[in-house]
Formats: sequence, C-alpha cells, structure tokens
Amino acid sequence: MELTTKAIDSLRIEHITKRFPGVLACDDISLDIGKGEVLALVGENGAGKTTLMNVLMGLYHPDEGRILINGEEVNFRSPNDAFAYGIGMVHQQYMLVPNMTVLENIALGFKQAWKPWKLDLNMVRDRIDAVARQYGLAVDPDAFIWQLSVGEQQRVELVKTLCLGARFLILDEPTSALTPQETDDLIALLKRMSGELSIIFISHKLQEVKDLSSKVAILRHGRVVFQGNTIDHSSSDIAALMTGHEVVLPHNDAPACTMGPMLQLRNLKVRSDRGFLALDDLSLYICKGEIVGLAGVSGNGQRELAEAINGLRKVESGQILFDGKDIANCSPVQVIQAGMGYIPEERNTEGIVPSFSMKENFILKDTDSEKYSSHSFLKNKVVDVEAEQLRQQFDIRSPNIEVAAGSLSGGNIQKVILAREISRSPKFLIAVYPTRGLDMGAAEFIHKQLLQKRNEGVGILLISEELEEITNLSDQVAVIFKGKIQKVLPSSEASRRRLGILMAGVKDDEEI
Amino acid sequence: MTFIVNILSLGIPFSVALLIASLGEMFNQRSGIFNLGCEGMMAMGAFLGMLVPYTIGQGADVPGIYNYLGLLLASGVGALLGLFFGLVVVTFRAPQGIAGIGMQMFGVGTAGTLFRHFIGGTQSVPGINTAPIPGLSKIPILGTLFFNHNPMVYVAFLFVPIAWYILFKTPWGLRVRAVGTHPRAADSIGIQVNKVRFQALAVGGALAGLAGAYLSLCQVKMFSDEIIAGRGFIAVALVYFGHWHPVKIMAGALLFALAQALQLAIQGLGIDFPYEFLVMLPYALVIVVLAFSRKSQKTGPSALGKPFNREIRT
Ligand SMILES: Nc1ncnc2c1ncn2[C@@H]1O[C@H](COP(=O)(O)OP(=O)(O)OP(=O)(O)O)[C@@H](O)[C@H]1O
Ligand SMILES: [Mg+2]
Repeated sequence: MELTTKAIDSLRIEHITKRFPGVLACDDISLDIGKGEVLALVGENGAGKTTLMNVLMGLYHPDEGRILINGEEVNFRSPNDAFAYGIGMVHQQYMLVPNMTVLENIALGFKQAWKPWKLDLNMVRDRIDAVARQYGLAVDPDAFIWQLSVGEQQRVELVKTLCLGARFLILDEPTSALTPQETDDLIALLKRMSGELSIIFISHKLQEVKDLSSKVAILRHGRVVFQGNTIDHSSSDIAALMTGHEVVLPHNDAPACTMGPMLQLRNLKVRSDRGFLALDDLSLYICKGEIVGLAGVSGNGQRELAEAINGLRKVESGQILFDGKDIANCSPVQVIQAGMGYIPEERNTEGIVPSFSMKENFILKDTDSEKYSSHSFLKNKVVDVEAEQLRQQFDIRSPNIEVAAGSLSGGNIQKVILAREISRSPKFLIAVYPTRGLDMGAAEFIHKQLLQKRNEGVGILLISEELEEITNLSDQVAVIFKGKIQKVLPSSEASRRRLGILMAGVKDDEEI
Repeated sequence: MTFIVNILSLGIPFSVALLIASLGEMFNQRSGIFNLGCEGMMAMGAFLGMLVPYTIGQGADVPGIYNYLGLLLASGVGALLGLFFGLVVVTFRAPQGIAGIGMQMFGVGTAGTLFRHFIGGTQSVPGINTAPIPGLSKIPILGTLFFNHNPMVYVAFLFVPIAWYILFKTPWGLRVRAVGTHPRAADSIGIQVNKVRFQALAVGGALAGLAGAYLSLCQVKMFSDEIIAGRGFIAVALVYFGHWHPVKIMAGALLFALAQALQLAIQGLGIDFPYEFLVMLPYALVIVVLAFSRKSQKTGPSALGKPFNREIRT
C-alpha cells in the first residue's frame, strides 16, 4: 500500500442500501463530507451507523448505491482499497490481535515493512514514533494487547490508523469505553487534527457531538432523517430528533432504604490477572432497595470486585455475605441460584453466547427452571412468548427472536443482557457500565428500570465511570481507589468536584 | 551407558516423522485450521515417496536421485491435498473435525489401494541411507547420537529454527498468526484471511507428505497399510502439547519418540512382561502430559476451527 498523496476533497455517499437477512440496515442513505469537516453520525442502536461505515471501508458490499471521491465513483472491494485513498477506521469493537504486540498489530497493515523474508519491525517502530510525536499519542510498542486497558487499546487503534496513512478518519463510538479524562483528551486531540483531516464521528454522547462536529446527520431505521450544521441545534434538539421524544434522564429522589443489609463485603482480598492485589481489604455494605454507585477510574479493582462476587474469581480472604450467607468462592451457578443478577463489562464474551439465538440468550441462566422446562425438555412456546415480550419491552431492534445474538448491533446486544438480568427478578443486581454503547432513549429506559427495581426492594451495585449516571441513580456513592473504598457518601453530597478528588486518591477530602 | 546411548540414537530418528508432520500441523492451526487429516496426507506421502524409486528408479544410473524425487513428489501432492482440504473447510466452510476424518480415511484408503494396484505386496526399497558427518561422527558417544543419521534427520531438525523464523519474523508468519487468532481484525486491516489459510494449508500438507515419505524411504524403507500407525494423530496432539511453538513441539516429538525407543529396548531385554503394555507407553505418556500441561489461552490461535465469514457477525 502506498501512502497516498492525493487528498480527499469531497466524499459522497449516494443512495446506499444494505440488507441483511430480514433486516434493512441501510435504506437509501446519501451523505457528503468535505475537506476538513467533522461529520457526526448519530442515531439509535441498530440504526445502521456501523453498517454504513463498513460499506465505506469496503468491508461490506452495498446492495445498491455508490460512493464518489472527488467526484469520481470508486468501488472498494476490501479495506485495502479504502486505505489506498487514505480512509481509515477505528471500529466499534477493537480490531487488535490480543496475543501480539502493539508493534506487530501495526505491522500487520504496514505493508512497506513487509520485506520478502523479513518483517522490518524497526521501520514500523520509527513510523509509530513519528505519529506519536506528531499527535502527542504515546503508546508502548512492545506491550501485548491483552496487557492494555481499554483506553490504551483505543489509543493503539488510533495510532494504527494514523500509521497506515489515514487522512480521512472514521471513528465508530471511540469514546464509549473511555474514562471521562480519556474522553476529554481524545476530543481535544481530534479537534486539533480536524484541521488537516476529515472525520466521521459516531457517538451517543451529544456533548461530544456538539464539541467536535461541524455537521450532524441523524439515522433512524437505516434512513437519514435529519442533516444540518451542528451549531444551529442544541443537544436537546438533536436528542429529540433522534429519539422522537424529549429525553429526560430520571433521578433517584425516593427516601433512602430502611430494609436492612443485602450484600456485605468484608475485608475482601482478591488478586488481579497479573497477580497483584486488586482488592485490598475492601469492605462495603449495600441494603435492600438501595443503589450504591461505585465511582472510580477504571482499573482500580472494579472488574475484580464484580467477578469475585459472582464466583468468577478466587477470593483470597474475606467474606461476601449475601442475604446473610457467605458466598465467597461459591461457583457461579450457586451465586446465580442465590439470586444474584450480573451485567458484565464484556458483553460479547461474558454476557451472551454470540452464536446462540436471541431467545436462547434470554433463558441462558434459567434452562432448569420450572418456568422454561419440564422433565428436561424446554417449553418452547413459553420461551417464545417471553422472548417476544422482552424484545418489545426493551425495544431490541432485530427481525425476530431467532437471530444469532452476535449479529445484533452493539447497543442491542447490551439490551439483550439487560433484558435478561432485569427480568429474572434477582434479589440483587451488579450492573457494570450498564448503559455503555446505548443510545439516549435506551439509556433513559434502563435508568428507569433500575430505579423501579430499587423501589421493588432490589439492591443494586452500579459500577460506572459516568459520574452523572452515578449521582442520578445512587442513594450512596462509594469511591474506589487502588482496591480500597476511599469513602462512602450520600449522593446529595457527591459533587463532581468532590468525587474527582476522591477518585484521584486524595483521602481526606474535607480539608481541601 | 550403552543402553541409554542406544535408546537415544534410536529415538532421534524415530522423532523425525512426528516432528515434520507436527510442524506442518502447527502452521495449519496457527492459521486457524484444525487438520485432523494429517494421517491421511502422510499415508499418501509414504506411498508416493517410495513409488518413484521403486518404479522408474530401479536400475537407473543414479538411483539415489529418485529417492529425493520421491520426497519431492510426496510434498507436492501433500500440498495439493492441503489445498483440497482448504476448498472443503475454508471455501465451503465444512466442519473441520469431520472433514479431517474424511481426509484421513481418503488418504489412507487411496494410498493402500494404489499400493496394491502398482506394487502389490510387501517390497522394500533401498531408500536413503545414513550419512555420517565426516569428522564429527567419530566423536565418542556424541558422534553416534547426533552425527550419524539419515540426511533427512538433519534437515528435519533444521526445520525447527526455520519454522520459528518464518512464524515469528516474517510478514507471512505474522499474517498466519493474525488470521488464526482474530480473523476479523486481520480482515479489517486488509489481509485476505482465506488466502493466508490456503497458503498455510499448502505448507502443512507439504510437510505432512514429506513426513510420510520419510517413513517409507528413510525409516522403514517399505510401504504397508499400517506404516503411519497413528503418527498423524500424535502430530496433532503434539501441536497442542507444544503450545503451537516449534521448539516445544520438537521437545514433544523427542519425548514421544524416546518413549517408543525405550519400550522397544525393554522388549529387547526379554523381561517377562506383557509387551502390549509397553507398546501403550508412549501414547499414554502423551495423554498424561497433555492432561497436566499448563493450558495457556494467551498464545494459542483462538479462532481455531472457526470458518471466517465477513458478513456474519458473531
Ligand atoms: N452482519 C450482520 N448480519 C445480520 N444483521 C446485521 C449484521 N450487521 C448488522 N446487522 C443488523 O443491521 C442493523 C444495523 O446494525 P448496525 O450495527 O449498523 O447498528 P448501529 O447503528 O451501529 O448500532 P449501535 O449504536 O448499537 O452500534 C441491526 O439491526 C443489526 O442487527
Ligand atoms: Mg454500531
């Protein structure tokens, strides 16, 4: 692949239509982007944003329509063709090979370094250095991908795309898994880059759209329903256009719980994958009918905490009292049967079985229950009826309940997990980043559901990085830092500033 | 002492067929294809390898050269069988385990049938003889152990660093590892997943064919229906055993072959002990070591056995 010198002055998408079995993912979409413009592409989960971008990259073949670059029609058969025009994409699900290093991952696309009998890794290294210096994006070329946090992987993806010479960037929900700090950094960087690059930016967070983009296009059910200049519209306008109604995120203002403890963590010690103590003497109490928000920068033990409670990680010492019974080091089945609900962080690997149908994923945890089985046979009628109900209630966009869960859009996969966990009527719910990747309407709905569960007496541990989500929903906010609870405070006292200070590890916040 | 030297110098050549075949299987699996048909490809290689010197090679001026032509033919046909396997499992996305069993039966059956048609009964060939390395082979003990072997033995052990270099230091090796672990990522960066898989299958097939021909030309110096004797399956196991790494695979092949040499030697001692148990020993050893070896998910090709389809998201 040559590093292109030809600039993209204009890119037009004309009447693109793409169908999947039973789904019209893109329906006659036309858009255009000029040089130096940032187009924000927004829309509900399953609206067809990712599909459209995959068509643009040559990964999918459109059933109808064409793409014009500088007025000339192009026909991309593989991403190589798109790269040749300097188009690069950071995918919604990261495209990095976990057991290879950052260097190798970038070398995979950097064809100048492919000498017949030798991979010229030094050349790749130099290229990474150059890009890192130019854009202030530091990455460790020798780290393995599996050692990196999500934020670091995101940076690797960006560096990779830039190393391959991209001057037209497509970013598919680049911020959905980043910490607030990382998000701010990325937006600032993209702003600086937008002078020399064109960018298509997909996001569900309208603040970012407002900050970054010059134009905005809204997709719904595969169609462009609105296009305009970003400055002419407020974010609530855009939200209303997107969802069809005004979005009001609910608040938790019911009186605090009085129903006694549900989950008590006592002096927990748990090791991380790399062997150090990820939870170090952690204690936390959560009552029935109470939401405790766990705030903290990711990587401070949140993941290990959720896994330890659910029997997925060994507890070295300490107790997990669930409704009075110690469930530390119980098997996941025992924890589930005790009444625990779990919305895991990794939706594709831990939350669903991608090749199973949507309805099978709904009943994964209840195949033995009386409701869905009798005498070792599944009651298919009951399963179908329930699944159809859940699909409608949670507004999961799919042609039917038989499609493979893995074929759904990112946000809709998340909805499948949420639907299962919430509808199982657990006694307690551990929700890890529950609204990651959800559109605003869906996030609003999930927040309402969580509050309703709380009012029904379910205790909830809400792990999130979005402080607004935490303060809106929680009765109490616990701040985690380096595997310990820094402080627990009532949500009314949890100001952004105070939480920020606590999350940074400053212990005695009163004195500042 | 001589007992141990005997076992070692017997075990090293025993390991060669396993080593070559499992290095080939390693490339297959690294690219994401599980080839259970290795046994069949080896059988074809074993037959074709000896066919050349047995037919056109007999009475020729330089009979030696036909042995090497046999090795070449065996690898070439092996590569073709690999590509054929690719057509079935890569292009048509057939389940790899089943297709592999089919390939095994096809290879073993065809080789046996052709053998009866062209050769008929048990016939030995002169084959390729030991080539002591001048000077080095005279060193006491070490000379017998390492420098007094068939030329293909040296070649096979040279394949280990070569395979390592190809896998970890060349662009092709990088592509093979990528398509076997995260084909979607490889595709998204412009690598033709199926093409790389076909290439890896051709390499794997060629090595399987060569391994078979080694048996018929260098080790046993004849062909019979049972000549492969499960070595193709052991090769598949050794790839897991060696965590898809050439050096560890070599260690596994040596361990198995030494166990085999040991059991033969013990049988030779004439101790009154049911020999069937001794014959079992190497196989049992592989199972035990596999069961207890550390399972690592971090190195292996995690897309092993899964066909790739760009438009099917899972
Ligand atoms: N490979 C596929 N096979 C079958 N259906 C698909 C495939 N890819 C996408 N779809 C369907 O096409 C529709 C659009 O999906 P797409 O991923 O483009 O949505 P999206 O706008 O990116 O949503 P999100 O915000 O949740 O990421 C969805 O209904 C999805 O189920
Ligand atoms: Mg998407």
